[in-house]
Amino acid sequence: MPQIFHRSANALSRFSIIGAVVLLTLLSIALWEITVSPWYTYQDETQQQPVPFSHRHHAGELGIDCRYCHTSVEKSSFAGLPPTQTCMTCHSQIWTNSEMLEPVRTSYRTNESLSWTRINSLPDFVYFDHSIHVAKGIGCTTCHGPIAEMPLTYRAGTLYMSWCLDCHRQPEKYVRPKSEVFNPFYEPPSGEKQLELGRQLVKEYKIRSLQHCSTCHR
Amino acid sequence: MDPEGSQKNIAIAEREPLIGPGHTLGTVTDKISSIVLTPGITKGWLGGFTIAVILFLLLNVVMTYLFTFGVGIWGINVPVAWAFAITNFVWWIGIGHAGTLISAFLLLMHQRWRTSINRFAEAMTIFAVMCAGMFPLLHMGRPWLFYYMMPYPNPMWLWPQFRSPLVWDVFAVSTYFTVSLLFWFVGLIPDLATLRDKAKSRFSQVAYGVLSLGWRGSAVHWSRYEFASLLLAGIATPLVVSVHTVVSFDFTIAIVPGWHSTIFPPYFVAGAIYSGFAMVLTLAIPLRSYYHIEDLITIRHLDIMAKVTLATGMIVAYAYLIEAFMAFYSGSQYEKFMLLNRMTGPYKVVYWALISCNLIIPQGLWSRKVRRTPALLFIMALIINVGMWLERFVIIAISLHRDFTPSKWDMFYPTRWDWATLAGSFGLFFLLFYLFIRFLPMISMVEMRTLVHQTEEEKSHA
Repeated sequence: MPQIFHRSANALSRFSIIGAVVLLTLLSIALWEITVSPWYTYQDETQQQPVPFSHRHHAGELGIDCRYCHTSVEKSSFAGLPPTQTCMTCHSQIWTNSEMLEPVRTSYRTNESLSWTRINSLPDFVYFDHSIHVAKGIGCTTCHGPIAEMPLTYRAGTLYMSWCLDCHRQPEKYVRPKSEVFNPFYEPPSGEKQLELGRQLVKEYKIRSLQHCSTCHR
Repeated sequence: MDPEGSQKNIAIAEREPLIGPGHTLGTVTDKISSIVLTPGITKGWLGGFTIAVILFLLLNVVMTYLFTFGVGIWGINVPVAWAFAITNFVWWIGIGHAGTLISAFLLLMHQRWRTSINRFAEAMTIFAVMCAGMFPLLHMGRPWLFYYMMPYPNPMWLWPQFRSPLVWDVFAVSTYFTVSLLFWFVGLIPDLATLRDKAKSRFSQVAYGVLSLGWRGSAVHWSRYEFASLLLAGIATPLVVSVHTVVSFDFTIAIVPGWHSTIFPPYFVAGAIYSGFAMVLTLAIPLRSYYHIEDLITIRHLDIMAKVTLATGMIVAYAYLIEAFMAFYSGSQYEKFMLLNRMTGPYKVVYWALISCNLIIPQGLWSRKVRRTPALLFIMALIINVGMWLERFVIIAISLHRDFTPSKWDMFYPTRWDWATLAGSFGLFFLLFYLFIRFLPMISMVEMRTLVHQTEEEKSHA
């Protein structure tokens, strides 16, 4: 009876065992990398906006308080997007002829809102409340990143649940004094010192580590 | 083998042979392999296969409709949120248990009568577990998120709820499927090599050749084969008990009267083997007559299987009795009501049908004549299959439809989609089974040769 397979079939079958293991490992790694990559999460990616609004200029260089525009952040779940009138409080006086600001003036004239591209948007099945976070000593920059250094705004976190849980499981890692919540240049103390301060603040502000599903998924 | 054991075996062999007269090593191999290697298909096979394919297509229609519109197409709603799908799941997974019992447990027990039935019983196990595994996924509502049940590193930083028996199910069923598949495949390797060597067409040679993983029949190969089989049998044996125990936890962990019971694990395992053996008989009786292998699967095999069926059936009957007794003995009005509701409530027909199918009619198996008349035994097996399905329905749906709060009592009526899903699962099962009997040896040639050898040896000693 003639041989059905060539001798190389032996090597091939052995290689296929190792190959399958290697392939599966590589595939898993690749899948994970895609999952956490900015390409998939939009982390660190700037978006096209109707007006190239710079947080660096307004919040950083000029030092306008976050709450000047995001007025409801302390009272509501939604931090609030400023109406065009808020822009025009200044821009009716300065840069009145700027080409860049034409959409703002048009909006003011026509009473039609500017349509900003949402940067940080949580899915509808997630309940999130800005006011409680701000009230318990979580700074704007904790979640929104170095906003005062962003010429164009980008998403600083992945917005994955692990990202939320990182703080919800160990709030002491991120909490800051209430007086510093709206300071975009706040530098947390390094390492052990932050934990020490954090633990103290967690106690003082009565911060609970809320991890029930229904905390956010109501 | 110890001398006492072999004497006992001789005694058994003298009582009635496990293989028809005149068989040699060559004839068993030829007989079994010719079913696979003869080119073309028979009319009977084609007819059965066509029906299976039609039912399988029906399953595809059901799934398309289900995934488009959701589980609302079935009759389920609160309070009966679990009905046909879960009943089918438990029923199918129970079927599988007989295959594992035959292939693993009886191997360790040196029961030779398993030889000619273990291969297709194992195939039955695998296909039944596939049908079973399908149902929780279909029942999920969003089956494309099934992987949430697996503990894997994820950007949600979430583990599954390990305290939930539904998660235990995932582990139990996937372990069961993996081990069964491995065991079945390892057992097939020498037979695949035989088919490779006997095949005429180049395509079959290559196909069986690849599957037989380079088996040359050397002493090392045999030694490893034996070792692997024994090892897998050792792993599979506890699964006979553990898988259905975990399945029963799906119910016992809940507090619904009729579910919340400590008797469930052994009761479910016995029920699983009961229904499984009934299914093995359902498959074996037509197979042996259609392929004329009555000399390989003898009347004695049927007799023994019928006895196992009867024995496990009696355990199940005992469980029914204890269930009724406990309802009375507990003093709990809910438990008592649960039982009365089963017996006299709106589903009483189902309950009494179950008692007839599972308890009363199978008493006929005490008769030697019934056990040894394939046609009667076949009808009996079908009745038990129906009975075991009804049992799961009674436990699952009837317990749910009236629990503690009368204001939420409601009825469950199956829709045509419920029936279509059940029929479709038969389509999947028989589609796979028909392919199996056409392309793989349905009886282990290796083990049959061993049996021939042993029988001859014993004869010459005697």
